[in-house]
Amino acid sequence: MREVYFTAAIAEALAEEMAADETVIVLGEDVVTGPIGGTKGLYDRFGPARVRNTPITEQMIVGSCVGAAATGLRPVADLMFASFMYLAMDQLGNQAGRLRYMSGGQIKLPIVFMAGAGPGGGLAAQHSESPHPLLMQLCGLKVVMPSTPADARGLMLASIRDPNPVAYLIDLAVTGTKGPIPDGAGAIPLGSADVKRDGSDVTVVALGSLVPLALQVAAELEGEGISAEIVDPRSLVPLDWPTIARSIKKTGALVVADPARRTCGAAAEMLSRAVEECWDDLRTQPRRVTWPDVPIPFSPPLEEAVTVTAADLRSAVVAAARSRRVTV
Amino acid sequence: MTGPFDDDDGKVMTVPTMDADATVTGTWLFEHMTRIRRFEEAVERLHKRGVIPGAAHLYIGEEAVAVGVCSVLRDDDKITSTHRGHGHLIAKGAEVHLMMAEIFGRRDGYCKGKGGSMHICDVSLGILGANGIVGGGIAIATGSALSDLVLGRDRVTVCFFGDGAANQGVLHEALNLSSVWKLPVIYVCENNQYNEWTPSSEVTAGRIADRATAFGVPGIAIDGNDVTEVREIAASAVARARGGGGPTLIEARTYRQRGHEEGEEAYGAPARPAEEVSLWVSRDPLERLRAHLIDGAGVAPSALDAIDERERERIAEAVRFAEASPLPGAEEALEDLYAVEEA
Repeated sequence: MREVYFTAAIAEALAEEMAADETVIVLGEDVVTGPIGGTKGLYDRFGPARVRNTPITEQMIVGSCVGAAATGLRPVADLMFASFMYLAMDQLGNQAGRLRYMSGGQIKLPIVFMAGAGPGGGLAAQHSESPHPLLMQLCGLKVVMPSTPADARGLMLASIRDPNPVAYLIDLAVTGTKGPIPDGAGAIPLGSADVKRDGSDVTVVALGSLVPLALQVAAELEGEGISAEIVDPRSLVPLDWPTIARSIKKTGALVVADPARRTCGAAAEMLSRAVEECWDDLRTQPRRVTWPDVPIPFSPPLEEAVTVTAADLRSAVVAAARSRRVTV
Repeated sequence: MTGPFDDDDGKVMTVPTMDADATVTGTWLFEHMTRIRRFEEAVERLHKRGVIPGAAHLYIGEEAVAVGVCSVLRDDDKITSTHRGHGHLIAKGAEVHLMMAEIFGRRDGYCKGKGGSMHICDVSLGILGANGIVGGGIAIATGSALSDLVLGRDRVTVCFFGDGAANQGVLHEALNLSSVWKLPVIYVCENNQYNEWTPSSEVTAGRIADRATAFGVPGIAIDGNDVTEVREIAASAVARARGGGGPTLIEARTYRQRGHEEGEEAYGAPARPAEEVSLWVSRDPLERLRAHLIDGAGVAPSALDAIDERERERIAEAVRFAEASPLPGAEEALEDLYAVEEA
């Protein structure tokens, strides 16, 4: 067991795969220095042919990964901030997410698009996006969002090995965290949720940085007699719905904590699905805790007002735990 | 009248003579250009009859570009194509019966009916796909060339695109990156003078070929209706790319003899000036090649007629194959989105 920082865990996974497979390359904006940290040290170890600084041209970074992946490489692109994916929407939506399907399954695109997502603290509306709902909607891409260093490492290994394009979102609020990585830990399959805490009164599905927040809230509520079960889906496409449904069956209540805007979010999808598929197991309406439908503002009190806080999550969990469906 | 390419001072009509040893090559060029022409004529006819669903963008009049360029490629070289892509695919060796079945939306088509005319693909032939997005192949071709560079393969990638795509920002990103990294890629702009229905001259500043200069990339404008000139210039660009010299931008000046898409009359698409169309029909690349082969290389007209007859029969057979192929089952709509995990 070792204690490793979140981004160091990502860099470790990249180095492991680059050493094991010479077709894995890393490219993107400033990957040589790696300001967020996921690519730190790779250039010194693997050199300029396989660790390539690109111009600040997001559609070319994403689009060239498509061409490279179709012809034998397994590129990992670092887009730095997930907000910048919007510059590459044609390449993500019309190319990366479409070529396999349009070609009748001829083309295989093993690519990882990694980027820092969500508010990183005072970065404002153009560096704080968390576009996982949009990416889920596109179809054709897989979407991953780890919450711990161990998951970050294991999911990165799986994402690189996956024969499909994977958007690997690094919630910027957890990049500075440190956590244990078990000895001999391997890849974590995409589509395998992790129950981070067992509970009996309410299921809390949390994503990214809201997982540690939910664990903190759950620990506090324990003293008030509320037992919350925390489920981390870890990937949104594919989504391990059976694990979530099993938890709902056990607790009868669902709260989804999603670090993204409310409309058509991952939480909206999970609430719909819970209503459609788990209606008889729910004793109260499913609830969601999200950002409101505004961009992320700059000033710290405004940023805090928009993002999900422990108080927001706590009140939703308490309400869910104490509600009873009234049938007539 | 003058053609739209006034800056060439008639250069577009210069006619290089055929090489002395060119009879065999010339026959190959004629065969493939004829195959494209007859294929497109069949698509035109079948689209009119309502047999072919959706959009069909024909390549008639531009055959010399695809065939000239692909005649200097190896089997393991790669291309990206466009919404007007039938010609590129045939020139790179695609099977016309599988193409036709795809255009018919049938299960035996190249993409099992999921792609259609704008998305035909045969990875085994190095065809990384026709692409329905204007400029959609530009970044993909650049990435394909990156693969060859990183993996140390001496392959090249040709990126076909049109004058419309030349105004997409991604071309500038590609010229920049491929120049910096010396990628083995050849950007072939087919300037057919129309961005859909808008004359290119209305929306395009300067010469497209000149855009390469800003990135330190050779850019050359050529007569895209002269297959021998296309072939000659493409050969030197391919040799340069294969030798590690980096990218080239070729602006092949040609003309789309048909409208933007078949059936456009139905919604009142603007007709082009009749004299402009007839001028370019008089510069028809297939007729010019035929004349060269007969007058310049001494090929018997009957030999060319025999090729034409064979190609007509090949296309008729392709249509029969497509007609006989079953439509896909509804359940197939949910297949082929994700590749299965590797063990």
